Amino acid sequence: MPVSSDAPRPGSGSDTPVLSLRNITKTFPGVKALSEVSLDLYPGQVTALVGENGAGKSTIVKVLTGIYRTDGGTIEVAGDQVEFATAQDAAEAGITAIHQETVLFDELSVAENIFIGHAPRTRFGLIDRSEMNRAARALLTRIGATIDPSIRLRDLGIANKHLVAIARALSIDARVVIMDEPTAALSHKEINELYELVDRLKADGKAILFISHKFDEIFRIADRYTVFRDGQYVGAGRISEVSEDELVTMMVGRSVDQIFPARSHQAGDVVLEVSDYRHPTEFENIGFTLRRGEILGFYGLVGAGRSEFMQALFGITRPSGGSVRIEGRPATIHSPASAIAQGIVYVPEDRGKQGAVTGLPIFQNVTLPSLTQTSRRGFIRLAEEFAMAREYTSRLDLRAASLDQNVGNLSGGNQQKVVIAKWLATQPKVIILDEPTKGIDIGSKAAVHEFMAELAAQGLSVIMVSSEIPEIMGMSDRAIVMREGRMVAELHGPDLNAKTLVRHAAGITEAAA
Amino acid sequence: MIQRFLKSREAILLAAIFALTALIWTRFPGFVEPANLARVFNDTSPLIILAMGQMVVILTRCIDLSVAANLALSGMVVAMINAAFPGIPIPLLLALAVGMGAVMGSINGLLVWKLDIPPIVVTLGTMTIYRGFIFLISKGSWINAHQMSPAFKDLPRADLFGLPVLSWIAIVVVLGFLLLTSRTALGRSFFAVGGNPHAAVYTGINVGRTQCIAFIISGALAGLTGYLWVARYAVAYVDIAGGFELDVVAACVIGGISIAGGIGSVGGALLGALFLGIVKNALPVVDISPFWQLAISGGAIIIAVAFNSGSLRSKGRVILRKAEHTA
Repeated sequence: MPVSSDAPRPGSGSDTPVLSLRNITKTFPGVKALSEVSLDLYPGQVTALVGENGAGKSTIVKVLTGIYRTDGGTIEVAGDQVEFATAQDAAEAGITAIHQETVLFDELSVAENIFIGHAPRTRFGLIDRSEMNRAARALLTRIGATIDPSIRLRDLGIANKHLVAIARALSIDARVVIMDEPTAALSHKEINELYELVDRLKADGKAILFISHKFDEIFRIADRYTVFRDGQYVGAGRISEVSEDELVTMMVGRSVDQIFPARSHQAGDVVLEVSDYRHPTEFENIGFTLRRGEILGFYGLVGAGRSEFMQALFGITRPSGGSVRIEGRPATIHSPASAIAQGIVYVPEDRGKQGAVTGLPIFQNVTLPSLTQTSRRGFIRLAEEFAMAREYTSRLDLRAASLDQNVGNLSGGNQQKVVIAKWLATQPKVIILDEPTKGIDIGSKAAVHEFMAELAAQGLSVIMVSSEIPEIMGMSDRAIVMREGRMVAELHGPDLNAKTLVRHAAGITEAAA
Repeated sequence: MIQRFLKSREAILLAAIFALTALIWTRFPGFVEPANLARVFNDTSPLIILAMGQMVVILTRCIDLSVAANLALSGMVVAMINAAFPGIPIPLLLALAVGMGAVMGSINGLLVWKLDIPPIVVTLGTMTIYRGFIFLISKGSWINAHQMSPAFKDLPRADLFGLPVLSWIAIVVVLGFLLLTSRTALGRSFFAVGGNPHAAVYTGINVGRTQCIAFIISGALAGLTGYLWVARYAVAYVDIAGGFELDVVAACVIGGISIAGGIGSVGGALLGALFLGIVKNALPVVDISPFWQLAISGGAIIIAVAFNSGSLRSKGRVILRKAEHTA
């Protein structure tokens, strides 16, 4: 790197990166998660990695920590080209990550957590417990933490667990510290303590990669920024030379054009009316109406409480208050079975885990929630069952050798078709699609969008939870934005645009932007 | 595909049973005479009945270790009632045994469902409790043949179209389970709950309730077997069928019921039970020590499990590796 002519800010460290990623590419079957991205981290500086959900932030963290192997590109540590074949390699190169949910061992002591894998030994080869506790106390003092190294980790709060993770990073003499949304679960006071700690790590010369959705904290602690969008590098620079508005534009500006199906929106009567839905911990004051043939988008950052609300609406969890009316009549939803019976179905986000039963053949998956319709006197009529499965899978153009085939052997896109066919077979009024196109390739995405438009045209009401702005803009008639468990905006018409969505979701005030 | 694989798996098990029988035939030709084979089937009937109940429990990712204790307690209760009041009709006692078994099964099921305790812990506990109960009610004494009424003892042995009633009951139970697993919503939900509990929830299936029903079925069959066992051997005491729960689980595992839940078939469980039954009956007649019998049962279990994990390796292992990495 050529030496920049900028005057170094106090504490900004050197201008030679300690870690450089160049043209990193990572593909998964059908999806290009990273396409020739670059990232530089400088000693004594905080680099904020900014991007929408799905921009490739977590993928790059997994590349950096040796969990994923790259399909192309180079990694340089302090000028030497390296290859991370395993997580061990990355750790030995001095890269350590502090995750949202810190990966530590609850049942071990604080000192054991800090030194696991490299504990000091006695001359007999046994762990030198007193030396380990002493060294742990020294490390914790260095980061200003007053934690007894001999207590068990499970007795600590999340903020103190972060401190233990940071002490561990120091104990292995990390050069690069990755912080993946470290403030997500912290209180205001704990966040300030974390900022102080970050300053201390900077003073120690560590290079810090800081991943966050919160603009205020990015501008508070970062020295540099790098923006990714759709797995591609968009830009990088010094935080002092960029405004919030410019960052938002870089995040949401589109390079690839996605074509969404044209829809003539003719919303009918109100099908679903939710008022003042509340949950003790996850969300509050959710209220909206949904009309026949309408697609209602739910936008928000990961953790905004969208899926939690949908699960309550579907009867998996109990709300603490609020009411639902279906087609004008008050309704009580106390279990998924009652939601299905009243015409609400939910296609969950994690289809692998929550969608198809991979041990059962296609036709049995499709008919699973509708077996009463194909049964006479309690016994399933196989011919009717098969006919039902055939009808709904052919409507979705599912291609399989036979309906007898096991679902586990189908591709992801086809498995999703099975799951959707299963729900259509229950003849619902409202279908909730949670991240319907997450992790599927662009061609299948278009097919899902086409299909969603078709469902709405047939009079089905669709609730679409999505973290992808173009999808929200391209598909929804209206969109609700959630942040931290609250409904912060309901947008339609010209207000339904990328910048407004991001501002509401990230909590940027109009004045600041 | 899995279905096809299961079919071939059952075919392999069937071939193993034929090979075993052929081997025995070379040493003791009398073994394969129809009358003797019918005797072996009759002798294996209790195992077959219990394996059916255990199968649905294992399908839902649970295990029932209390079946043998349940059997012994139900058997002891009906034997004591018969000894004290010989006039009570046998069908009533039979219903009582089934009902008691179902109640004991529901205790297991409710503990698993409502308190979310791991099934192995629940049934290990109730296994000991049910055994302890037998001692409490019988004070450790035996109910012997002369204390039981002839009607009580005769029912399992009564001949019906050339086979004892005990065998017919096993056949009816197997046919009932074929119908249950292939043609009822409940049967499907056993597979769904074990195959993908998360997906089952979203499909409107109550996972805990389904597991509880599986335990009740297993318990009811244990109660039924309790009467049959005590009547057939004409004796009831604290330790009858001691350790038999392991044979029942072994029959299921050998029959290809996946301990991880969601995969298995009635045919598999039936063949697994028959395989064990043949080993148990044949080895003494060909003069092989009973210790070999244990070793052969154990070997069959390990081979069956290795077979299971080997055939699922292509998928199962990859999932594991992913999980290790993301953790």
